[in-house]
Amino acid sequence: MDGLINGLYGIPVAGLAFQFGGYVLALLPILAQTTEAVAIPLALAAMCGVLCERSGVVNIGIEGIMLVGAFVGWIVAAGWALQFGTGDPLPLFGITPALVIGVVAALLAGMLLALLHAWLAISVRVDQIISGVILNILALGATGYLNTLIASHSPPGAGAFQALALPSQITSLPLVGWIIGALFGQGPIGILTLVIVVLFQVLLFRSRWGLRTRAAGEHPKAAETVGIDVIRLRYRNVIASGALAALGGAYLSMEQTNSFQADMSAGRGFIGLAAMIVGRWTPIGAYGAAILFAMGTALGQAISIGPPNGQLGDLLTLLPSQFFDALPYVVTIVILAGVVGRSIPPAADGRPYEREATT
Amino acid sequence: MTAAPSARPRLGLAVRAWALLAVPTVAIVLSLLVGAVIIFVFSVIVAREAFDPALPLKAYGALFNGSLGSFDGLVETAVQAAPLLLAGLGVAVGFRAGLFNIGAQGQFLLGALGAVWIGASLADASPVVVIPLALLVSVLVGAAWAGIAGYLKATSGAHEVVTTIMLNYVALALLSWLVAGPLRLTNSPQPVTAGVGNAALPILIGRDGHIGILIALAAVPLVWFLLHRTTIGFEIRSVGANADAARYAGMRPRFVILLTMALAGGLAGLAGGTTLLGLSQQMPAGYSTTVGFDAITVALLGRSNPWGVLPASILFGAMRAGAGSMQIQAGVPADLVYIIQAIILLFLIVDVLLRKLPGLRGARTGLVTSAAVVHVAGGESG
Repeated sequence: MDGLINGLYGIPVAGLAFQFGGYVLALLPILAQTTEAVAIPLALAAMCGVLCERSGVVNIGIEGIMLVGAFVGWIVAAGWALQFGTGDPLPLFGITPALVIGVVAALLAGMLLALLHAWLAISVRVDQIISGVILNILALGATGYLNTLIASHSPPGAGAFQALALPSQITSLPLVGWIIGALFGQGPIGILTLVIVVLFQVLLFRSRWGLRTRAAGEHPKAAETVGIDVIRLRYRNVIASGALAALGGAYLSMEQTNSFQADMSAGRGFIGLAAMIVGRWTPIGAYGAAILFAMGTALGQAISIGPPNGQLGDLLTLLPSQFFDALPYVVTIVILAGVVGRSIPPAADGRPYEREATT
Repeated sequence: MTAAPSARPRLGLAVRAWALLAVPTVAIVLSLLVGAVIIFVFSVIVAREAFDPALPLKAYGALFNGSLGSFDGLVETAVQAAPLLLAGLGVAVGFRAGLFNIGAQGQFLLGALGAVWIGASLADASPVVVIPLALLVSVLVGAAWAGIAGYLKATSGAHEVVTTIMLNYVALALLSWLVAGPLRLTNSPQPVTAGVGNAALPILIGRDGHIGILIALAAVPLVWFLLHRTTIGFEIRSVGANADAARYAGMRPRFVILLTMALAGGLAGLAGGTTLLGLSQQMPAGYSTTVGFDAITVALLGRSNPWGVLPASILFGAMRAGAGSMQIQAGVPADLVYIIQAIILLFLIVDVLLRKLPGLRGARTGLVTSAAVVHVAGGESG
């Protein structure tokens, strides 16, 4: 067996591919776990984008909503813990009342910010790009402002959700153990994300709400003609999308870490937008794109920590870590350019709907 | 009422000036008021300080002293305003062609890196040669980077908003890689490029009032002339107003889109080049700036008109210059400037509602972008 592997590895050029395969295979459980952990906030950001744009509203303020979600979730949980104590965490996920209150507050804050975008985009009918820019600047300023004010008082924080500890009988199952470990060996927000992605995919393409949403995004006038209240539908969807992005933010400050840093979202909202485009405006596709992007990050980390031996290691360490940072964006540009597989947005995406005067 | 028509010629200038300035002025004043409320509320609730009715005045006083109220502050305001002016002109030119250039950030960074690279490579050359060369390279690099988005828009209809956002992050990674790798100053503990030596811009006034301020000022009439007195400027404005009509009239929307993006990128790149050659004179891998995003606000507040972008850039330059002393002297975090910036934008875009206020009924709209901005999302373009 070893002889066969060494033989394969020795083949020029193609051998490198085999070496790479071996490297990934050896690290698979940890690589998959990191990939999923990195992908969760990207996927939630992308779900926010899909929900908005399928209803016909462009939202480039996802980044800002995430940032506000991260901050509000963290600070409300910390404030609650300070006031009423942290309490005993449940054995499952390490849930405490403070953390739950924090997440709820984050969702509400995200929905509030999304409501502002909805009002600007749907009712005032302003340029939706400018509206999104406002969301981002406002979020950056407000979270930075409050964080600076609070920093001098440094609240102790309320800790973080814990990942599900799967029994080793499951994670060591042949063939599927690593994937179950990666997908479900996560915290509550991580697992909820999977549920959201699947549910959203089914609802969008198999339910009355989904059909109406897609109609509002493709041809709002036709939708209105058959009795769909396009304005109300868009409002509801955009506000709900705020909760999705804010959940992604809460993941950053309450599950992945247990504290907030200024500008914590660090471009994830925009990668989410990229995942939405690469995933062709479908929940499953966008999740897949998020996984793809996250895989680059995870591989980059793995290579910088423990590069493989031999020629492959020499080659991979030549690749700068920034290569993996830039990868999602380059892939998106290539796809937008129509080089590989054109990605087409909903037809009425970004166009305010103006009801015709009824006299 | 009947006297109104005859009174018009005499009042003409004042009325027209108010119509033009009303919405931006009211937006700025209202934003500062909202800012004052924020200072109040959060100093009491969050920082648990005693209620201090003079705190907003103290904060804005410190902001003013640190910007327009002292000689050093004025110089700092000009230094901060110069890149906002150049990059803001770039974004404004884009708006006039119906293009929303969110990529000023990346164009600024790569333009800056291009200038620093030339400066560092030719650090011993004569300033007369190396400064113009380095600035020219900053323009070309910025233009090329924005040109990617322009080319994609012109050929495949890829929306420039999305491509420029993506290019911003690619630029960030590219910069961090180049400075940490090929361009890294050997033996330095942090990843940073070599100094630019003779390419450093001459200081005209104060501590760091470099010549880039004059370059930025000179760009205002030039861009205005280009937009309003040349054929290509007419084409840019026509494509922005109605790309289909422009094509029907024999213009070339695809070419105009590419050219406009390159022009916008060149201006943002020049903003980066002058800033780096004038101030830090070397490029650290972790260089961060918000000029690219502030430029969008500046262009919008200035109605996408070069002569409007000038005062808008001074306003935001002053806020940047004074924010530090506001934080130190009044304990109000400098991030307030972003909140005010967002609220100014908010008031500008809801000007439909603002103009229902008494005295503002005749006011001109607060924003001049093009309808085309919204209506091309991913679809075919000319």
